[in-house]
Amino acid sequence: MPEPIIELRNISKSFPGVQALSDVSFDVCPGEVHALVGENGAGKSTLIKIIAGVYEPNAGTVRFDSQTVQMLNPRHAQEMGIAAIYQESSLYNELSVAENIFMGRHPSAGKLGAVDWNAMFRESEEVLNRLGVQMDVHAKVGGLSTANRQRVEMAKALSKNAKVLIMDEPTASLSQHDVEALFSTVRILREHGVGIIYISHRLEEVFELGDRVTVLRDGHRVDTKPVSEVNQGQLVSMMVGRTLDTLFPKRDAEIGAPVLRVKNLSRRGLVSDVSFEVRSGEIVGLAGLVGAGRSELAQVLFGIYPAESGTVEISGKPAVIRNPRQAMALGLAYVPEDRQSQGLILPMKVRENITMAILETLTRFGFVSYGREDQIAQSYVDRLQIRTPSLSQLAMNLSGGNQQKIVVSKWLASAPKVLILDEPTRGIDIGAKAEIHRLMSQLAQQGLGIVMISSELPEILGMSDRILVVRKNTIVGEYLRGQATQEQIIATAMGLDNQVAEGGKTVERN
Amino acid sequence: MNATDAATPTKARRNVFSLVQSQEATLAVFLVILLAGLAIATPAFMDPQNIRDILVNASFPAIAAIGMTLVIISAEIDISIGAILAVVAVLTGNLALIGVPIPLVFLIGLIAGTLLGALNGALVAYARIPSIIVTLGALSFWRGLVIYFTQGAWIYNMPEAFHFAQRSWLGVPIPVWMMAVLVVLAGLFMRFSPLGRQFYAVGGNRQAALLAGIPVRRRLFLVFMLNGTFTAIAASIYASRFSVVQSNAGLGFEFQVITAVVIGGTSIMGGTGSIWGSFLGAVLMAVIATGMTFLKVSPYWLQTVQGSLILLAVILDVLRRRRAGAAAGP
Repeated sequence: MPEPIIELRNISKSFPGVQALSDVSFDVCPGEVHALVGENGAGKSTLIKIIAGVYEPNAGTVRFDSQTVQMLNPRHAQEMGIAAIYQESSLYNELSVAENIFMGRHPSAGKLGAVDWNAMFRESEEVLNRLGVQMDVHAKVGGLSTANRQRVEMAKALSKNAKVLIMDEPTASLSQHDVEALFSTVRILREHGVGIIYISHRLEEVFELGDRVTVLRDGHRVDTKPVSEVNQGQLVSMMVGRTLDTLFPKRDAEIGAPVLRVKNLSRRGLVSDVSFEVRSGEIVGLAGLVGAGRSELAQVLFGIYPAESGTVEISGKPAVIRNPRQAMALGLAYVPEDRQSQGLILPMKVRENITMAILETLTRFGFVSYGREDQIAQSYVDRLQIRTPSLSQLAMNLSGGNQQKIVVSKWLASAPKVLILDEPTRGIDIGAKAEIHRLMSQLAQQGLGIVMISSELPEILGMSDRILVVRKNTIVGEYLRGQATQEQIIATAMGLDNQVAEGGKTVERN
Repeated sequence: MNATDAATPTKARRNVFSLVQSQEATLAVFLVILLAGLAIATPAFMDPQNIRDILVNASFPAIAAIGMTLVIISAEIDISIGAILAVVAVLTGNLALIGVPIPLVFLIGLIAGTLLGALNGALVAYARIPSIIVTLGALSFWRGLVIYFTQGAWIYNMPEAFHFAQRSWLGVPIPVWMMAVLVVLAGLFMRFSPLGRQFYAVGGNRQAALLAGIPVRRRLFLVFMLNGTFTAIAASIYASRFSVVQSNAGLGFEFQVITAVVIGGTSIMGGTGSIWGSFLGAVLMAVIATGMTFLKVSPYWLQTVQGSLILLAVILDVLRRRRAGAAAGP
């Protein structure tokens, strides 16, 4: 084993009211992918923020290249050779790929030190080539896909000769295809001797990419092991401290009459000629690559971008939906993809968030009835096991999984007939994920029609009664539960098969 | 990382003291200390007449601050209220001069202010122009119009009935009664009505509010319109308080009111704040202004002090957010 490039010894860190990390040791060697796993709130983010110089530990030492160091701030850490790719991008949308890669250290030419644009573009291309990526270095970053933005971040790290690269949930918003490409880029960086800290909720990625894995739970290190010595079940039980029988406890529900029937729905650029139906008690999975138009379909249906043509029937009655308010009134509910920017009102209380969509029904003589509001909010907190110290807690203070449960509660409170869930378990921990899945099963059993958009194929396969594959803003394939394999769905989503599915009869080309 | 995973299970309990949130409490304590200090330094400060004067001085900014609080909670801004105040003050003064019945004069003033606010609202909500630009334009436009029509002349010799703000009821000046009633009503409204809740939601996260079925544009329009209404009420007090209405009425009024709101704990980022806090902010500013006179500090310092207060309030807001962010984690 080579000397670790970065080593944390007995690190502890607390915030007001929380012990985020206690006595955690962690190290990364050059040319190694060290996976870091744990439920939300386990301390992963705190740990990487200490490495990146964002937080200062209360106790313990940080050693870089066998020297004890004190990281003063993120810039200092970067200068030492620590780069981080966070879930939120740190790129400048209005600047080109090359400018982003060389941000803060443009190559200069001439006496005046003017930016040497040619050198910058040339070197950017070289760096991207080393990562095995072809990209227009003149393009503005704002117009790139999530996957390409990540590549730019990685190129930036490589060009700075970063010795440690932190990747926080890099695949959270990538489609399966882009994930593969990302992996090969990570492997190239590893060959260059970069030590990589890789955080992911998707355990299969840990096995595919990781050399060693460290499990955190409640701020403690449970164990560090070579990936070859553990299996998925062991990791999960280390993370949760209990064994989960199955991640997708889908239970059978009685499938009834159609509650939603969509015919020839179109809106230019977003949805083209989509027809499908959802029955009561049925979970319909929408699969497809990121950017294929799944969320757009949901948004057109929900009236955020009203449809230009086509018909919608809800419980057999024709429905015209011009805005979200009408969609709600007709019995649709949409849990959006991004709970922080679209689902929650972070500075408002748990109670206020839960009752947001039904305020008018809680109003008596022009005032919100606090008693009934508390009652309703409390019933959802109990039913969905939302962990919050009180109903008056601000939504911003809860963990991702609990925030997601609040968003789901808000929509359940509106008593919908059809619930559209857009990436309902993205970025939430395994325990909360299982709870959301269990809830979906329960709701289906109660007769709700559910549409679930997900980029995680195991989730799609595990939860859906029927799977619709979306590609280029329209539905290109349909599979019944148990008929499809991951490979088939990916092939359909990527347009690799000639004959598009009818009841799962796809022709594979291999 | 967060505190709540480790915390005890939920209990439905409403804290009695949640009415007083941190910034408001801090402000109230500061106000009490300031009053005590002034009372000791210059005993004449506590003279009932002086207290009445301070409250009358606080009344019209406090009433305008109600509207401004709604605007800022909705994550918008309105810098045209000084000009709207001038329009309404000059309009009501002139209508009173030409013999229009006094109740009708103030009704017309109220409608005019509301319309001017609604115009701002329409441009912000439906034409989707940023509110800072809309109200900057409105500020210049109305101010210019007022100067043109008055030719800079003062308005005076209004009938006795016009000057309601100079009268008292049960020993308390009418403007103070108005302030008290409006602050209490608006405070209750923001706290207990669905509409008030929706204003917070619109400012807290517009996208999420829209998805929850809140008609965001209509709410924004309403907020600006109400701001015009409250400004018109403030203008009526302003116009009737003295025997003349100047053509440059309300110069810098927007600054005074925004300062009161921000000192009162309403976040400039929108989504949080209270009417109660803005009221305290307005009173604090009136106390400071009078206090400085009593302490024989040059009135030229007043603006500097106000400027320091607004910066201090914003810094506190930022610090509070940062602390909340650190405790809540990513």
